[in-house]
Amino acid sequence: MLKKRIIPCLDVDRGRVVKGVNFVDLIDAGDPVEQAKIYNSEGADELCFLDITASSDDRETLFEVVKKTAENCFIPLTVGGGVRTIDDISRLLHHGADKVSVNTAAVENINLVAKAAKKYGSSTIVIAVDAKKTGDKSWNIFTHGGRKSTDIDALEYCIEVANLGAGEILLTSMDRDGTKIGFDNELLSTVSSSIDIPVIASGGVGNLEHFVEGVLKGGASALLAASIFHFGEYSIKDVKTYLAEQNIAVRI
Amino acid sequence: MKLVIINYGSGNLHSVHKAFEVVNNNLENPYEIIVTNTPSEILNADKLVLPGVGAFQDCKNAIHKIDGLFESLEQLVIVEKKAFMGICVGMQLLAEKSLEFGECEGFGWIPGEVIKIEAPVDYKIPHMGWNEITYSNHELLINIPQNTDFYFVHSYYFRTKKNENCIATTNYPNPITAAVIKENIFGTQFHPEKSHNNGKKIIKNFLEWEPS
Repeated sequence: MLKKRIIPCLDVDRGRVVKGVNFVDLIDAGDPVEQAKIYNSEGADELCFLDITASSDDRETLFEVVKKTAENCFIPLTVGGGVRTIDDISRLLHHGADKVSVNTAAVENINLVAKAAKKYGSSTIVIAVDAKKTGDKSWNIFTHGGRKSTDIDALEYCIEVANLGAGEILLTSMDRDGTKIGFDNELLSTVSSSIDIPVIASGGVGNLEHFVEGVLKGGASALLAASIFHFGEYSIKDVKTYLAEQNIAVRI
Repeated sequence: MKLVIINYGSGNLHSVHKAFEVVNNNLENPYEIIVTNTPSEILNADKLVLPGVGAFQDCKNAIHKIDGLFESLEQLVIVEKKAFMGICVGMQLLAEKSLEFGECEGFGWIPGEVIKIEAPVDYKIPHMGWNEITYSNHELLINIPQNTDFYFVHSYYFRTKKNENCIATTNYPNPITAAVIKENIFGTQFHPEKSHNNGKKIIKNFLEWEPS
């Protein structure tokens, strides 16, 4: 049986791991390569790096971090943040990323999704969607790391990028991110039940039960979390053991 | 001894190279690992690895675009019977044909065709993530317990014509070919380079393999 994936996400700023609460108040949580090694040995199913470095001059450090991580971790590594062009994707893959996640650039130029999927294969292209609730069963997407609103409906957008060849959707609830009150399972299930490709749940996980709900209520194929792992509240093993106890298939 | 990893622009080349390097460095008699697409270098190889991600046809075209590449592979694998390992699309290319985006001819080294995964509607496609394999005994799978999880990412799979060529399967929920074998030719649908310690074991088994 295909396992539900547990994916620790490392927000990386100028080569260091940070994690914000509602995208502000960044707290330093360590060296990405060291953290990646720990997650790799703890049984993480994949790793995700989100580069939040603002200045493009400082972005070179990311490539080094990706390269070093890929040399130490033999599980899939997704890298996103500031990916604008086919060339950006190519450079990340060349440095050892297995998948590249695209957010703002895909919203601004939807053709990038089809172009990237055709060039590197759907499985390589993750579309990251930051969604904020606007009404009953309705969410709009935000771009630029959650700073800029759009009038684009999240569900329609997810359907469109799936049709264009995206391999999976990394779906972050802006309302829940950093709150630790659980995933937005209504958002997850609305999107997941409307598209064929896998949906990764993101934003809001605060305890073990939230992971279970993300699968059972949200219909997520994979569960992403950041601060809950970095500060040692729960280990990957804790999460997997708990999911297994609830009869959810995980790789132990 | 030389091991050549074929570089034809495949996205997982770096990961495959790294994983082979790490396993190789722990061998008593490590290989010289060369990443190349030059036919003359390929013809000197003792073992070959063909990675591959993306669409079948794109991979095939990329190989045929390089002058003499396919001919050198055929010489080494079919005529000289050197050990070969294909990964993901690198394994699917061994088939006679693929039905992904219309019909496309493969290498035809192992009888069968590459077809879309048929799964109930609530099963996501691509089949992405860790799934367990069951296998028939083979030296390439020694030290791997039955039902071990490996990392898969694909929407199409290789349905072999002969059962004997399919040595491992995974269920989604129907059986899907996870590994193929024919004499000196080995292929995995999953990604050993991304399958942590068990993936490394498969790589080690391949490095130590002496096909009879």
